[in-house]
Amino acid sequence: MGRRVLLIEDEPNIIEAISFILSRDGWTVHTHEDGSTAIDKVRAAPPDMVILDVMLPGRSGFDILRDLRESAETADLPVMMLTARGQSKDRDLAERLGANHFMTKPFSNQDVRDQVRLMMGEG
Amino acid sequence: MDGQVFVGSRIRQRRIDLGLRQADVAANAEISASYLNLIEHNKRRIGGKLLARLADILGASPDALTLGGDAGVLDGMRTAASRYGRPVEMDRAEDIAARFPGWSALIADQEAQISTLEREVQALSDRMGHDPALADALHDVISSVTAIRATAGILVSGDRVDEDWQQRFHANLHADSQRLTEQSKSLVAYLDQPGQSKDPRATYSVLEAAEQFIAKRADIFLAFDEDPNAQVESIMTSQDVSALSDDVQKILRRRLMQQAADAAKLPFEDFLEAAVACDADPAILADQFHAELPQVFRRLAYLPNDNRLPPRGLAVCDMAGVMTVLKPTLGFRLNRRSDSCPLWPLFSALRQIGQPVRQEVVLPSATAPRLLCFAQAEAMNAKHFDTPLQVESTMLVIADPRPGLAPEVLAGTSCRICPRQDCPSRREPALMHEFL
Repeated sequence: MGRRVLLIEDEPNIIEAISFILSRDGWTVHTHEDGSTAIDKVRAAPPDMVILDVMLPGRSGFDILRDLRESAETADLPVMMLTARGQSKDRDLAERLGANHFMTKPFSNQDVRDQVRLMMGEG
Repeated sequence: MDGQVFVGSRIRQRRIDLGLRQADVAANAEISASYLNLIEHNKRRIGGKLLARLADILGASPDALTLGGDAGVLDGMRTAASRYGRPVEMDRAEDIAARFPGWSALIADQEAQISTLEREVQALSDRMGHDPALADALHDVISSVTAIRATAGILVSGDRVDEDWQQRFHANLHADSQRLTEQSKSLVAYLDQPGQSKDPRATYSVLEAAEQFIAKRADIFLAFDEDPNAQVESIMTSQDVSALSDDVQKILRRRLMQQAADAAKLPFEDFLEAAVACDADPAILADQFHAELPQVFRRLAYLPNDNRLPPRGLAVCDMAGVMTVLKPTLGFRLNRRSDSCPLWPLFSALRQIGQPVRQEVVLPSATAPRLLCFAQAEAMNAKHFDTPLQVESTMLVIADPRPGLAPEVLAGTSCRICPRQDCPSRREPALMHEFL
């Protein structure tokens, strides 16, 4: 089984497309749609990296990232943020909170694939 | 605005258009030809009964001679000059306006357009940056586009995709494209909602749009003597009102209902005759009709043009100084924006709610008419406890009154174009002050 990517995203068709792309590339993809229980999901089955949407039902991706960085177990977990808001203030906030990468929607499949490989040390 | 400076030019133009001799017109008006000549060359101020007589002889209303399409032209020219960034012969503005009214109007009009566009850009920028509904709508659109792009990318990548997955992705593409269609329609509808005109020359706010409509339909406030509610409904369902946006219609309805209530207290025919008899003295009229002063101000301001009455303007503002009603007249044209001169009685009345204020405003320009202003601020909801007081100040402006009727106050349009450098109420330096 390949290394595990947890995709936290609430748009079903985006989930399906990214899951397909990354699965084809050899990753095992788990998905989760609810912001308020996302931390529990990470702790229950720690992934090798997280792809985290900013606008989620229940809790924002920024809040989830802050919690991940404040916990010793997940402080170094690679996190790529996804957002439809490409404003510089959002990018700055993501960097301040410790995101490893910030990707603006809409993105190309190749970009997602390349970035995941890079963050998993296989780029 | 220094509308006075244009009056002579207009009188001259109107006389020439009618093929009348200067001497004949002067004789009819019971003045000398040389005096009329000075008036026509903007070297003598004119107002009051002489203006009314000349207007009558020339078959025009006094407002047509004093306001015309040029109200605010000088202010507009000066503001345009202040933006220019290089020295402009500001002291020649009045000459230019009198000699080249068309070009002057063009400058002022373009200045107004630039100003309107700047405010629209600012409003749109604020909206883009801070409107959560718009942010949500854009987020939905981008999410759909992302899903479509990612799914389409899989299908055209050249990699083999199982038939089950292909069908699934095709279905997703169809669903997302439908979703995007609806989201796009909603977004367009949101951006195109009432009150948001695409015409850069259109008015900025619904208040201004309502005011412009009222200015074009000068008689709209007159017909309220019988069954006012039915008359309001009749006006509101007329074709030209139906064409206005919902927001503008709401403002217009409120204004109509208020005027209907005023008319019930101050019936048109009786009020007009009484106003003529007392030379439009609001205090006498309020006593005679047992009416509130702001009612009298409003009713007087919107009486039809009548040579027996002086030109009249009106302004109403709230506690923040935002002008909710503005009817200009000869020499009187405040800014709707919040940079108006604070010395007008309209604003001083806000400091003493209920106290009638009467002052004669002296404008900076030597050729501008004097303006007799009556103002009173009233609390609209003073019977409710624990509720912020809603206060409205109303000011009637009588142009070119008999002198000495009230204490003088020096006021202007706004600091930017006011030459009174030492005014203690100045809040910012005058632009191009060396020329002002």
